[in-house]
Amino acid sequence: MSAIAASHAQEAAAARRQSILLVFLCTISGAAGQILGKIGMTHFTPNLFAIVTNVPLIGGYALYGLNTLLMVLALRKGELSMLYPIIALTYVWVTLLSYTLLGETPNLFKNCGIALIVIGVAVLGSGGKA
Amino acid sequence: MTPQLIHSMLLVLGASVIGSFGAVFLKFGSAKVTRNPLSFLNPQLGLGVTLYLGSSVFYFLGIRGGQLSILYPLVSLGYIWTLLWARIFFKESLTRRKLMGLGLILIGVVLVGMGAS
Repeated sequence: MSAIAASHAQEAAAARRQSILLVFLCTISGAAGQILGKIGMTHFTPNLFAIVTNVPLIGGYALYGLNTLLMVLALRKGELSMLYPIIALTYVWVTLLSYTLLGETPNLFKNCGIALIVIGVAVLGSGGKA
Repeated sequence: MTPQLIHSMLLVLGASVIGSFGAVFLKFGSAKVTRNPLSFLNPQLGLGVTLYLGSSVFYFLGIRGGQLSILYPLVSLGYIWTLLWARIFFKESLTRRKLMGLGLILIGVVLVGMGAS
């Protein structure tokens, strides 16, 4: 491989790692947003004042904004078909946060499910052509 | 199946389709983003964000009724639509690695849904 081709390959690998990192952050903000949305929806009333003063719900949507920004930055240099399924990591964080923050009880289905999602994301993210 | 469940299923199915188009327009719009922050204000990104937010409203309304074991697999259909659009609109290759990763993720999401209700 020529030096130029090698440096191109390196650049592509770096861009790919950066995209994956951005989507990874996006799943964390997405999970936090979903937990806040869940809390906000439990005392949802269809009245404008109640909605604008529903702090968890507003916070949840603010995180959706951050989430979208991170996604856009990730998509700039990455493939949609590789990056989009990684968003499923959100389920992993939401499940773990539900265990710890919302006191939901762990069970075998959920635990196997989040393990498979993690393995799937690892398969998607592991090397291969950029 | 109760009418309530069918209603929730349609909302979540709608959310998956709308969200997948949201992702497509975010990708189109992201190509126009430069170092200038104003470059974020482009029509494709606007449409992408609108579709994304719209899909989240459908999603929240849909899952409010519970029955996550049926609804989560429907949500994950969004990954399949997005893969199709990536192939059609951006000519991305669907490698064995991507399909394997997605398959594992889909089974995982279904299991999480089964455990949730």
